[in-house]
Amino acid sequence: MPEQTVIEAVRDTMRAEMRRDESVILLGEDVGLRGGVFLATDGFIEEFGEDRVIDTPLAESLICGLALGAAVNGMRPLAEIQFADFVWPAINQLVGEAARVRYGTNGVKTAPMTIRVPYGGGVRGGLYHSQSIEVLFAHTPGLTVVAPATPYDAKGLLASAIRSDDPVIVLEHKRTYRLVKGEVPIEDYTIPIGRAEIKRPGSEMTIVTYGLMLHYALQAAETVSEQGLDVEVLDLRTLRPLDADAIAESVSRTGKVLIVQEDTPAVSISSEVAAIVGERCFFDLDGPITRLTAPELPPMPFSPLQEAAFMPSPEKIVAAIAKLAEL
Amino acid sequence: MSATANKSSKLGTTSPPLSGERLVELYRTMVLSRYLDERVWLLNRQGKAAIAASAQGHEAAQVACIEATDPSKDHYLTYYRQFTAMMALGTEPEEMLRGFLAKDGDPMSAARQFPLHGAHPRVDLFNFSNVIATQLPQAAGVALADQLRGDDAVTIVFFGDGAASQGDTHEAMNFAGIRKLPIVFFCENNRYAISVPLNKQMAVDTVASRAAGYGFPGVQVDGTDVVAVYEATQAAVNRARAGDGPTLIEASVERLQPHTTDDDHTRYRSPEDIAQMANKDPVKITSETLRRRDLLTEAEDEAIHAEAKRRVNVATDTVDAEPYPDTETMFDHVTSNRDEGGS
Repeated sequence: MPEQTVIEAVRDTMRAEMRRDESVILLGEDVGLRGGVFLATDGFIEEFGEDRVIDTPLAESLICGLALGAAVNGMRPLAEIQFADFVWPAINQLVGEAARVRYGTNGVKTAPMTIRVPYGGGVRGGLYHSQSIEVLFAHTPGLTVVAPATPYDAKGLLASAIRSDDPVIVLEHKRTYRLVKGEVPIEDYTIPIGRAEIKRPGSEMTIVTYGLMLHYALQAAETVSEQGLDVEVLDLRTLRPLDADAIAESVSRTGKVLIVQEDTPAVSISSEVAAIVGERCFFDLDGPITRLTAPELPPMPFSPLQEAAFMPSPEKIVAAIAKLAEL
Repeated sequence: MSATANKSSKLGTTSPPLSGERLVELYRTMVLSRYLDERVWLLNRQGKAAIAASAQGHEAAQVACIEATDPSKDHYLTYYRQFTAMMALGTEPEEMLRGFLAKDGDPMSAARQFPLHGAHPRVDLFNFSNVIATQLPQAAGVALADQLRGDDAVTIVFFGDGAASQGDTHEAMNFAGIRKLPIVFFCENNRYAISVPLNKQMAVDTVASRAAGYGFPGVQVDGTDVVAVYEATQAAVNRARAGDGPTLIEASVERLQPHTTDDDHTRYRSPEDIAQMANKDPVKITSETLRRRDLLTEAEDEAIHAEAKRRVNVATDTVDAEPYPDTETMFDHVTSNRDEGGS
């Protein structure tokens, strides 16, 4: 099985989906000759032409409004927002409009559209190239939000998103693009939306996480295993809908939960996971529901020492595990 | 015959000039729309219709625009004031009232949305939201899909002068100009964004003049003149179908009623401004035109009014007695992706 980076898996999956379905069209800034700022669409305009690989003006609301209009008229648009930090002008078209198309038309219209959004920090991106923007989308009924962290999951979930008949936001952590490698089958496959996965089985504690933090959590779990602590790592993979059953099953079994996220804590994915654990695992817990997150500050400082202090790290996760294990 | 009409005639897509017979039919729709619109206002005052936005004053612009299109293949992205356009596209008075009274069987959204919002079950007319100007980028996307497939369809997107101030309007027109999309931007300019007059909305005299900035024609037309609106729309539709790109049409109309049933326009319109609107009533103007051109007798006109009244009464009685949607149906049609609702 060939090994790929996340960005390679994303690129190959988009190319495969465009080959298998002519209604898949690409929209975004610099997706043409430039091949996207992360080279996700490198070579696409040469293969698929200017009709299916559309360099848009620099206007994010337009990109998502176009995607929505084309989606309700027979296309499966695949749009790229260049950086998550630039998605806010499109919130109206995504949260306000696309999310409610099926509901607001009583099922007469559906919007099969996929919006890829590179997000996250640890790349010296400062305040406007580092943001975690998942919460607003994950809060919205009618939207689906996936956040694959591995090349294998990136392929399977992106394929599921493109083939979905409803809008899906695909969050790709940009630090994982070239950092994370893994085996990816050449053949076609999809991963069901809404299913978390145990990435490392364990018996004494569950770490619930997603995105770049999955990899930091796996490193931390490996480190503490040398000290005899057996930690399970659950990768959420889909942020809406959350896989409440998988969370409850794991935490009920291990009795302890540490929720790790790069995002700031207030009203976040970790808040929702904590609520699920509180509601479903109360009598099985033998320690407090614990969170390790960014501090409550605008993400995230540009200066390197401050950026490092802002981000959760494998070392911070090890410390959090140790503290919870003693309780 | 204009240059654009010549160009499209070779494609065999030119719609015919408006016949006297069709003019009378359009007038009939305008009268029915007016009576139903007035009835909805009454139903609001009776506490039965929670909210309504009136098309009174916009009727001629809306019927004439629709008349120049082809409902069998064209797309219509409407906004909240497209009462008459909906009727011109064959929506029955009962269907309209189910929306206004939020009754079971509302064809647009099963009464989840405000009246006139949702998607029409028979023609490709939709209006996803109450948020101003969001339909313009969507319309560009609809037109883009047709253009990529080579479909012979035109997208008509309706908006008001208020929407002309939104960034989405600029973004959509800019893109439509770049790609020469088959789209008609149809602005019903009634000079008020709720209470804010035109001179506080823009520093230029017309919305149409902005088209120059996007590289396509903009035309201003008297929105009380059925023939003028029809001809302007026909030229724009022909131009779009021929692959020559967008047109911005600005139809000047009066908003005879306040913004909605929740508004009181005497707070911001002068008595003189309100009084002068009587001369811009498109129903009255069209009646006079038809009579002057001997297309309609006084007796026929009276019969049209009597039939409209009767039709509205029947529809009101029918829908008033109908049930609201079952509460359980509110859980339908959220998303096809599994496990909706997270926890």
